[in-house]
Amino acid sequence: MSAPAVTRRLLPTSASRRLPRWLDGLLEAIGLPLVLLALWALSALVAPNRRFPAPWTIAEAFVKTWVGDAFFVDVAPSVSRLLIGLALAAVIGIALGLLVGSVRWLRQLVEPVFEFFRAVPPPMLVPLLALTLGIGDTAKIVVIIAGTVWPVLLNTVEGVRSVDEVQRETATSYQLSTLQRVRFIILPSAAPQIMAGIRQSLSIGIILMVISEMTNASSGLGYRITFFQQNFQIPEMWSGIILLGIIGIALAVLFQLAERFVLGWYRGLKETERA
Amino acid sequence: MRRRLQPVLLGLLGILVFLAVWQLASTVGWVNGRYVPPPTEVFAALGRLVLDLHYWRTIGNTLITWAIGLGIAGVLALVLGTVIGMIPVLRRYTRSTVEFLRPIPSVAIIPLAILLFGLDRESSLVIVVFATFWQIFIQVLYGVADVDPVARDTQRSFGLSAPSRFRHLVLPTALPYIMTGLRLGATVALILTVTGELIIGVDGIGRLLVQRGTAADYAGVYALVVTAGVLALIINLLVRVIERRVLGWHQSVRAEVVL
Repeated sequence: MSAPAVTRRLLPTSASRRLPRWLDGLLEAIGLPLVLLALWALSALVAPNRRFPAPWTIAEAFVKTWVGDAFFVDVAPSVSRLLIGLALAAVIGIALGLLVGSVRWLRQLVEPVFEFFRAVPPPMLVPLLALTLGIGDTAKIVVIIAGTVWPVLLNTVEGVRSVDEVQRETATSYQLSTLQRVRFIILPSAAPQIMAGIRQSLSIGIILMVISEMTNASSGLGYRITFFQQNFQIPEMWSGIILLGIIGIALAVLFQLAERFVLGWYRGLKETERA
Repeated sequence: MRRRLQPVLLGLLGILVFLAVWQLASTVGWVNGRYVPPPTEVFAALGRLVLDLHYWRTIGNTLITWAIGLGIAGVLALVLGTVIGMIPVLRRYTRSTVEFLRPIPSVAIIPLAILLFGLDRESSLVIVVFATFWQIFIQVLYGVADVDPVARDTQRSFGLSAPSRFRHLVLPTALPYIMTGLRLGATVALILTVTGELIIGVDGIGRLLVQRGTAADYAGVYALVVTAGVLALIINLLVRVIERRVLGWHQSVRAEVVL
């Protein structure tokens, strides 16, 4: 981690180096956000703009809009649909991916069709599936699955293919059962690829959740935000944007934790290889 | 020869089987034939569209939004990513802000974009640029920071000037990352271009799909989904070709050729 002594002397020492470590870290983390927030507040005071309300106006609108009933009517259903959709997509994607990835002729048979499905921009599926499935909860969940399953599936296929040849042969000679093979050899070595696929599907999932609520719904986050914008309830609209941002960030953090849990051994291995 | 041919033939067979099952499901009535028209009807609709100049203009409009968005995001990401990535102080102080802004779903700012720019292409560009920028920016940031310590120390003791340092040290290191960012960005930009057309109503294949749906031309809706898929495949292919050309010297590409 630390640079060799020679280069360290050559590097310009910044003023913050002299601060105690924890203060330095804190300043790094919240310095810029605070400056930006201050600039925003200042501009709201000096030159008020209806389209960019002051931070405190938005904060007030946030509490009034989302804390209370609206949370259960609009937020909780949206988020649970998203989570259900993502979970089902992950399960289906991994299961199918394991199957397709282990059988060579099957992979060659279905890969072009699956690649095409992955290529279709997922938002196009929203009006398409609304034709057959209507606009209920099921339709919204199916849209999320239909858009997010492909990255998981195809990445799992890639991951299964990249299983080490020696490990595969060892498993054969030790006569591991199929289940053991999947559990101890295929899944661990495909895990990094699978997680990368799930990460891609997270952001697609949020897009699909919001879009399906923006186009045909009478509740949900996407619907609410559009409603506020169309009625020029600007602070409320901003509070909705911020709520969606928080959801996005929460999902990213949750995923990072999950990834650390699943791939902890992998990161450790990489680090040892690098050292 | 046979080994080479087999995957192609199996792949074609897979496509045929898929189309056959779809045709059967739609005509026999496993699914509602009105809302899920058989492929024969979909390709007939596609055939009609292809003969219509309006269809090509619509595709052109989609591609224009896509290209402008990708271009703006790419330039911004390259400039900011290089500057921030090369100056450690900046990198440390912007990290939390970047980590905070990056996961914000770009569709969240659609209402804001409409509020600022109305129902025009500019609104679409806002969300396209926002989403695409992060994809490329993060890669540039990683790439610029990935310079080999030994090479950097060598460069320091030889006293290279800033421009030649950039040209011979930073750029070759960052280029594979930049190309990865570009590849991811091209896909994301298309997704949000289409989103803008569907939700905001900017002209393009997304809006045409909504119009076909309202006109109860369901075969047309499917034909446009096929169009979007083909468009995305062509874009992927183009980016890969560019990647291969630009990185022809790099191990990651050379290794692929050897295998």
